[in-house]
Amino acid sequence: MAEVWIPPKLQQLTGGNQQVQVEGATVRRLINNLEAQHPGIKEYLVDEVEDDLIPGLAVIIDGEVSQLGMLDKVGEDSEVHFLPAIGGG
Amino acid sequence: MLEYKPNTVLSNQEFDSIGSSPVRHDGADKVTGRARYGADTNMPGMLYGKILRSPHAHAVIKSVDASEAEAMPGVYAVVTSADWPETSMKLTDLAEGAIHNLGFLSMNVLARGKALYKGHAVAAVAAVSTHVAEEALTKIKVDYEVLTPVLSAEEAIKPGAPILHDRLAAVASPALRPGGLLEDDADSLQTNIANKFEFSLGDLEQGFKDADIIVEKETTTRAVHQGYIEPQAGVAHWQADGKVTVWSSSQGQFTVRDQTARFLGIPVSQVKAIPMEIGGGFGAKGITYVEPVAALLSRKSGRPVKVQLSRPEVFEATGPTSGTKIKVKLGATKDGKLIAAEAELIYEAGAFPGSPVGAAVQCMMGQYDIPNAHLTAVDVVVNMPKAAAYRAPGAPAAAFCMETALDELAEKLDVDPLEFRLMNSGKEGSRRVTGPVNPLVGYVETLQAAKDHAHYNTALDGKLRGRGIASGFWGNNSGPASAVAVVNSDGTVSLTEGSPDIGGSRVAMALHVAEVLNLSVEDIKPQVGDTDSIGFTSNTGGSSVTFKTGWACYNAAQSVKQQMIERAAKIWEIPDEDVEYKEAVLQHKSDPELKLTFKQIAARMIPTGGPIVGSAGVNPPGPGPSIGVHMVDVEVDPETGKVDILRYTAVQDAGKAIHPPYVEGQIQGGAVQGIGWALNEEYVYNDNGGMLNSSFLDYRMPTSLDLPMIDTVIVEVANPNHPYGVRGVGEVPIVPPMAAISNAIYDAIGIRMNDLPMSPDKVLEALWAKEGK
Repeated sequence: MAEVWIPPKLQQLTGGNQQVQVEGATVRRLINNLEAQHPGIKEYLVDEVEDDLIPGLAVIIDGEVSQLGMLDKVGEDSEVHFLPAIGGG
Repeated sequence: MLEYKPNTVLSNQEFDSIGSSPVRHDGADKVTGRARYGADTNMPGMLYGKILRSPHAHAVIKSVDASEAEAMPGVYAVVTSADWPETSMKLTDLAEGAIHNLGFLSMNVLARGKALYKGHAVAAVAAVSTHVAEEALTKIKVDYEVLTPVLSAEEAIKPGAPILHDRLAAVASPALRPGGLLEDDADSLQTNIANKFEFSLGDLEQGFKDADIIVEKETTTRAVHQGYIEPQAGVAHWQADGKVTVWSSSQGQFTVRDQTARFLGIPVSQVKAIPMEIGGGFGAKGITYVEPVAALLSRKSGRPVKVQLSRPEVFEATGPTSGTKIKVKLGATKDGKLIAAEAELIYEAGAFPGSPVGAAVQCMMGQYDIPNAHLTAVDVVVNMPKAAAYRAPGAPAAAFCMETALDELAEKLDVDPLEFRLMNSGKEGSRRVTGPVNPLVGYVETLQAAKDHAHYNTALDGKLRGRGIASGFWGNNSGPASAVAVVNSDGTVSLTEGSPDIGGSRVAMALHVAEVLNLSVEDIKPQVGDTDSIGFTSNTGGSSVTFKTGWACYNAAQSVKQQMIERAAKIWEIPDEDVEYKEAVLQHKSDPELKLTFKQIAARMIPTGGPIVGSAGVNPPGPGPSIGVHMVDVEVDPETGKVDILRYTAVQDAGKAIHPPYVEGQIQGGAVQGIGWALNEEYVYNDNGGMLNSSFLDYRMPTSLDLPMIDTVIVEVANPNHPYGVRGVGEVPIVPPMAAISNAIYDAIGIRMNDLPMSPDKVLEALWAKEGK
């Protein structure tokens, strides 16, 4: 299972845990499974209308910022973070 | 006189074209004045647009009466925000430094209901000449209810502070969500805090308990401007068929297209944005200011309209970077291991939410391996122009605090400051304080190159002279990009790509194609496409172009290469697999007599199957972070407080320098902007929120007379996610200078300067205070 790092503000939804183990071969499946385990967390991560990550939110898989977002693959032992996207000048 | 060796490159791999230094394709046009910039478009019947701006930093717009202006001879249109639809408050990721709420951006382009900073656009006029337009502005009567402005984050977060947005949604989100407006019946306290979020790693309390030495400090910085030479300018023509064409100088023609369409409520396919040359942007030209206004005036007047900002308008109404207040607390063991870090970063967003504090908090300690940390980031609105991206947005102010605190810690530990950074540097696989593990990074190699440099190993003699070092981290960006390579019958290749060329990217893109095809770079003819002639490409920003658009050009060239192989195979009636492409020659693998050059096949491409066109659209992952280490020698004048830069060396990991002189230029340019930020530049306001120094005479940027040659060393730790190892280079060089100079001033006079700019008056006052005067 992938290890998902939960941002501090959302850790109240995961019983105070910073890392949780979640199944899911793609980011979409991982988030859906995360929601099943910890109801209420998805709305902070996903724009349901657009069926995409909330604008400005980046998903980092094994240290690299994903360019595919919800569609990206997640490995069995991947480490997944949700962080503010970094833009640039 | 220092010995200056340009383009010192500590190379990892040699190529044929990549790493060479050809003359840029657009060079002759630019040095002879033929290149066409934002203001250079002129059309028959064109009108000139001028913008009426609020004289107040905070005011309710009770009414606008433009009847007298509209009646003036030569005036064709007057517009206010009432002339365009309200844009939804949907957030949009424009990949240029902050995530934008287009509703707020629309209100920034033309104020709706309230003027939120002095210079905020309230109305615009199109007339037969700029003089008539300016005269018409004086005839527009605006009834303001003047409110008290709030000009700093510190004041804006106090209870009872004037509120900019009555219904601002204060968001606490894992993402940097620059707010939105609450529903009118929502129950919420009024606030100027648009966002507050945190990162945690390890056990901070235990980390500080285990620390032998702790340093705490607080720094402040003011808003500074990007200071590009070319003011924003553009022409829009709303044609009779409802289509809109825009010619403007920007960091992204697709952003111009999309924002113009969104603000005007029309489909993006109705807008064609043509990128002109750009005279600097540094992030600020990644959003629109003039194009939607020109389009609105054109729709109302039926004529093409040009809008060109003056320098005071650029200062007072286009985004500077945020002013900041940052606290940090660092703990280390007596053997020099950083084990705990705590920080609070408060960034001023300007009049609308969305400062770059999200990037700042992720870059502040990005290059270090610290097991226990807690960082808090706060985004606050104030009555100043909406902050825009500026070269590594957010990171320089954060580094100013972090890297000066590290200097204090190294001093207390009695460890060389470079060695101290080496002892704590992040490596591939080590965890950053914001959570993710590092990919392959060149931090150790960059520090080592700095340590080995003659600058660091040459004693600095003289009274009131000092040396400082600092490092900087920037995450770099990728994004969608497109390229099309078309083979011409004479064997040249026309290359169209989607990234406006700010720093020499045309030649860098051409070098990608030349390398794949083993052609001379002079035989590649690069151009930047408009929105109807090239696929979507995200902004020229985030140090992303050479990575992402380089990938697109590489793939397009690979497609051409494969098609050339297929044509040779067809001519020789053999399988493709039997053809080898080598040195721009197609060769039969087992029959050395069968050879055709690239040019020969190009001449025969029509009868062998038609045009050869290679295209690519990409969104590649893994741009990899950039690291810079700067060292500087300064001398302080005890009579005036002026700080002179005696020697400056910047060392940076570029992954692979595609065109080393342009990488060097980026490093030098970033360092010089940082020197200006460190020593002179700031927005100076009166109590009413009026900017007092909105000209280059009063807003002091460094000139060549203020500076020594900025020496550079390019370190190449190849990025494994790019075919030639590229990392973005444009932004990280502005991150270390302020801290390096502050550390050097401390070394010279024994005073820690914690407030930017470290201008002569402040240095002199600090010297007097030290001497008890």
